Amino acid sequence: MSSTQQTPAAGSTLVERLDALYEYDREPVAKNKLHGWKTFIAMFSGEHVAGTEFLLGPLMVMHGVSAPDFFIGLLIGNILAVLSWALLCAPVAVKVRLTIYWQLRKICGPYLTIAYSGFYAVILCLLAGSMVSVAVTAISIPFDIPNPNYLAGDVLPTFPWMVLALIVGVVIAALAVLGFDKIAHFSKVCAPWMVLVFFACGLAVLADLGTTGFSDFWRVMNEKIFTGVPLGDNSKYTMWHVAGFAWLCNGTQHIGMSDVTIFRYAKDWKQGFSSAFGMFLGHYMAWIASGILCAAYLAEGFTNPQPGDIAMFGAGFAGLICVVIAGWTTANPTLYRAGLAIQVATPNWKRWKVTFLAGAAMIVAACIPAVNAYLDRIIGYYGLFFMPLGAFIFVDVWLFPKLGLISDYAEKKGLLLSWPAAVAWFGSFAIMLFFYGKDNYPWLTKLLGQQPDWLASIQADLLFMVAPEWVLCVLLYIGFSKIQQRNDKLETA
Amino acid sequence: MKTLLKIISFIGLCLTIVPPFLVFYGVIEKPTHFTLMGIGALLWFATAPFWMKNPSLEEAED
Repeated sequence: MSSTQQTPAAGSTLVERLDALYEYDREPVAKNKLHGWKTFIAMFSGEHVAGTEFLLGPLMVMHGVSAPDFFIGLLIGNILAVLSWALLCAPVAVKVRLTIYWQLRKICGPYLTIAYSGFYAVILCLLAGSMVSVAVTAISIPFDIPNPNYLAGDVLPTFPWMVLALIVGVVIAALAVLGFDKIAHFSKVCAPWMVLVFFACGLAVLADLGTTGFSDFWRVMNEKIFTGVPLGDNSKYTMWHVAGFAWLCNGTQHIGMSDVTIFRYAKDWKQGFSSAFGMFLGHYMAWIASGILCAAYLAEGFTNPQPGDIAMFGAGFAGLICVVIAGWTTANPTLYRAGLAIQVATPNWKRWKVTFLAGAAMIVAACIPAVNAYLDRIIGYYGLFFMPLGAFIFVDVWLFPKLGLISDYAEKKGLLLSWPAAVAWFGSFAIMLFFYGKDNYPWLTKLLGQQPDWLASIQADLLFMVAPEWVLCVLLYIGFSKIQQRNDKLETA
Repeated sequence: MKTLLKIISFIGLCLTIVPPFLVFYGVIEKPTHFTLMGIGALLWFATAPFWMKNPSLEEAED
């Protein structure tokens, strides 16, 4: 982390400043710095049992997922996520041993890397805001401050709630400025305990739902928890929505390759399978537990299943502490990363200023209840948006040499922007957005009018588009790269 | 000393995971479960930070 805390030189170009910020990450990781399985298992187990898990299980309940759809969908989605880490991300990381920044820089050129950093900063602020909001839903309970209920029409929280969010946000931003390492250690200390609290919360409330033993667990799951009936105006989710969401929710990290930055420290690509600990503890057990909690909370006659409320309902003050810590320990590194991304565009600013700027954006996001209510959609959008860049890295490292194309073309030719990458990135995302938006954005539906049969027959949800977008962006990138490299060869000749 | 801290941490984790089973089987009521889990949290956080290693990627593994 120390390498990324430098202040870029003032008065230089944007590209030079960006390079200076990541200067020490330029060299591949040395052999004596490599880590074994234990480190990665601990890291994944800690990172993926986060405050937002208290939101995502309930979101699935609200979307009327049935029990078989939920269990099988999660199994499929999480296996796909683990395979994406193990077969796509880790092998590239171990081969090149560079950060995502330098890998993108070599392939796409500095301009697209700057665009990536900027967009990523915005998303990270939203996610950190969501985590702050999760923590505040717990802190607000002892103060008797009501949590906002988006489904009941609360567009903004109450003023005292916003004050709490401000205080929590400022503390998180201050800690992110003061030092990240101690917080990282603390979050790892919390991980084993938090995993057990999630499990304990879910198990303890099962009796409230009428479970008398493990023999009727499945019956209660079907009849009282994952009933298959959406609540309120929520759309109906099927097994494929669940699978797509479980796969896509960390899409930027695995299929989008941002975790090459982490796996460059791995001794062996097989360590990518250590992600299974994060997925099956955090995105399987914890989502099931929080879904059970949500259903039990609603069955008691409560109407606003916020993370703090449901955790208090399942585990008392230990549950509240778990929500605060889970929100805080994940908001902190997220904010830190957002600060780094913003630092690129703010050359003369000290790191503390940049982090507080990101912190301000985080606090604003925390005070918008819609962010948490639509967290699945936000995660879906950003997963799809960043995924093509990971596909380009995969293609550039493994396929280009076999296709007779030149890898790291932007770096070798000194290009500021790789147009094949730019067109394939924005083009594939725009096409996917069109297929989703034609039925979901009223303005686009109206603009299209009567859709031809072939177009009307495509009913694609955002969460189904991972695989089609990956294939599309790969084909576009290879095709355009062939044109680019052929033209350059002709020019040279 | 480290061993003692580890034993206390382990007791803390046990107090976190055993009570929900007891609630599930109707042996204890929820308020007792909340109290036991609270004590478990206290024991864990009072001891675990002192013996758990920080698996930072910046440090080489032994």
